[in-house]
Amino acid sequence: MNPFEYSKVTSPAQALEQIRASSHAKYIGGGTNLVDLMREAVEKPDRLVDLNAVKDLKTITRASDGTLSIGALVSNANAAYNKDVMKTHALLSEAILAGASPQLRNMATMGGNLLQRTRCYYFYDKATKCNKREPGSGCDAIKGYNRIHAVLGQSNECIAVHPSDMCVALAALNASVRVQGASGERTLQFRDFHRLPGSTPEKDSNLEADDLIVGVDLPVNGFQKTHAYLKIRDRASYAFALISVAAALEIENKTIKSCGVAMGGVAHKPWRNEALESSHLIGKPAVKETFAAFAEAFFKAAKAYEHNAFKPELGRRALVRALTEATEKATEKGGAV
Amino acid sequence: MPSTLQPTPNQSSPRATPSDHKVMFKINGESTTISVQPWTSLLDALRDHVGLTGTKKGCDHGQCGACTVLVNGERINSCLTFAVMRDGAEITTVEGLSDGASLSPLQEAFIKHDAFQCGYCTPGQLCSAKGLISEGHAHTDLEIRELMSGNLCRCGAYPNILAAIKEAMPLERGARS
Repeated sequence: MNPFEYSKVTSPAQALEQIRASSHAKYIGGGTNLVDLMREAVEKPDRLVDLNAVKDLKTITRASDGTLSIGALVSNANAAYNKDVMKTHALLSEAILAGASPQLRNMATMGGNLLQRTRCYYFYDKATKCNKREPGSGCDAIKGYNRIHAVLGQSNECIAVHPSDMCVALAALNASVRVQGASGERTLQFRDFHRLPGSTPEKDSNLEADDLIVGVDLPVNGFQKTHAYLKIRDRASYAFALISVAAALEIENKTIKSCGVAMGGVAHKPWRNEALESSHLIGKPAVKETFAAFAEAFFKAAKAYEHNAFKPELGRRALVRALTEATEKATEKGGAV
Repeated sequence: MPSTLQPTPNQSSPRATPSDHKVMFKINGESTTISVQPWTSLLDALRDHVGLTGTKKGCDHGQCGACTVLVNGERINSCLTFAVMRDGAEITTVEGLSDGASLSPLQEAFIKHDAFQCGYCTPGQLCSAKGLISEGHAHTDLEIRELMSGNLCRCGAYPNILAAIKEAMPLERGARS
């Protein structure tokens, strides 16, 4: 591992000051992804700014309008098992618990999960070409072993997928991310947080270099009873998703009143198509035919590669299944159907 | 270890020779102070600096769970954290599970149920199971299996590990914390 300096900070202001002290400094929270990438020399920070003593970022609070705010340094385990989160945003708990292992969830933070990097094998393997690791070098995944790779929103420069389960739920739940930077605090809507690869796949998010994530906000929703997180992977536990679906529905008189449907494992960011939700789900009956038509349209622009041609069909079926499961949950619980 | 640091003339900090850090731990009840470099993992600190080699290095990537220890009561992968980040922490390793020669109910159950063959993953399995029991989220076989999935056993002793944890769970809860 490359040598680096280490400093510990106790406030966001101190963190911003420290990160500016060096051009290759990085924040460290749980370290579960960054330490691994440093060991592989994919990441080579010259300074780590340890955020773990910033107590203000470790709280979960509910505002008077019902918005739930989860601090950036709350561990994935503490968020998933938090009573308030389970009460109003259980889909988030489900998604977090579908990812990683208990040990990793004890370490990993909310902010770090947002910033975890792709698990594309070529990104990790320095003997190969990767535009995300080394801009301009090429992409060995496109003609390589691309079974886990993207089918939506990819570019000729990068076909990596975002690995998070948590982020798929955040996309469906209309979350926003609070950030502190040079010009003070600002809020990014979740759809604007992660990027598609385009010609700059080295940039995963729309954060500026020294921005500090301070928290995630979850607005009130009508999805408490009607949601499902479906994850399809190569083994029953502790594996990244080939395909995942976070399905959240609000159903009134058997009709979809509002919804949020996001997919993991298909794109460079959690993939959500709000226009399609408006045209194919909102105001439509919550039945299989509706979901199938939505799924068909969802993957209409899909482009697969040699080893991931199964993904669009698997994705369509996963969408229908997750939406059906969410609907059935509501019926079972005697919800507002 | 090859250094690929690029010289950066406009940089004032001494990048090539970061300083050692003094770190204090309370490990298995005993206070210890060691001097580590910023990039020393907690796993390497425990094994190489403190001499507690019970904790094992399997993959060094957080994928196998062999390095699991309890830090302030929570199970974590000690390979994926730097020792400097854990200054002041209370750490329990496999060496701290027994009371001297008297094994904990969990350790006794692992022996009784033949919950290992080669034993390399066992220190991590034991610490992970200890964490699982105190977290209190596992009540059924399925939940124990799911919440032990961060610990791989290449000998495939999973059914026996499950049996051992199930048996030890009420005993560990009744025993010293």
